[in-house]
Amino acid sequence: MITLNDCLLVSGMLFALGVAGVVLRKNMLVLLMSLEMTLNAANLAVVAFSHFNQKVSGQVFTFFVIAIAAAEVAVGLAIVVGLYRTRQKIDVDSVMELKS
Amino acid sequence: MAEFQQILFWVFSIAMLTAGALMITRDNLVNSAMLLIQVFLCMAGIFLLLHAFFLAIIQVLVYAGAVVVLFLFVIMLLRPEDAKTSAFSPLANAGAIGTFAALCGVAMYTVSGTPAAPSVASGALAQAEPAAAGLREVVQPVFGQYVLAFELTALILLAAMVGVVVMSKRDAANSLDTPNRLDAIDANNDVTTPLAQERTES
Repeated sequence: MITLNDCLLVSGMLFALGVAGVVLRKNMLVLLMSLEMTLNAANLAVVAFSHFNQKVSGQVFTFFVIAIAAAEVAVGLAIVVGLYRTRQKIDVDSVMELKS
Repeated sequence: MAEFQQILFWVFSIAMLTAGALMITRDNLVNSAMLLIQVFLCMAGIFLLLHAFFLAIIQVLVYAGAVVVLFLFVIMLLRPEDAKTSAFSPLANAGAIGTFAALCGVAMYTVSGTPAAPSVASGALAQAEPAAAGLREVVQPVFGQYVLAFELTALILLAAMVGVVVMSKRDAANSLDTPNRLDAIDANNDVTTPLAQERTES
């Protein structure tokens, strides 16, 4: 029997891994990947609540989160490509100011 | 059956957390992307166990398919030496481990402090087992109660698309319109190209 607590524990640990990735890595692509993982952890929590409360609106919410995450990653990757064009680097440290 | 589901749940969870931990520590970006696929697929498996069938399919299609392919495209645009990262600084290591430990501690403390499962929900779960979140059950509220949010999502996707086009187009336009290019054409062309011809006429 899967319990709500198990799901929340896994979700919390995945979220912690995502935040640790954002702290650890300077590479902008891995940073974006960690962000995606964080969003996924939140999705897991919402779906678990939705399942154990017998309500489907949580899944609708997750559907919207997935759509927003897709838009976010598209813009983020465009920013990475633009950064790489101007600075030849994708390290976060290379962007100390907005002016190029 | 319930035990089997629980075993599957922990298999998926452990595979997912391992892949996540490996993902944030790999040097090679392609390895990271592949491990990200594993995270997404395991998450889709957990969604299936939670009877969220539609979301499991969306997870595979959108995340493991589209998003990771986007990442791989950008990785392939980089030079190979840029796709690797330098050694991690000890400060970042300590910060990451500290963050992970702190957040895990918070999660475990919170979860262990709450009673096992809401009894109402588990009772309801026992008698009405199929939470039946197929396509119809998920999509009906999307086009009914949440139709405004749905339209706004469409707007956001459109805005993101236009933004990406503008961001990647501007540089190309600049590099094409530089006067150097016209001069270069003039300099090494005896036979007049239409572009150069037009320029001499004016």
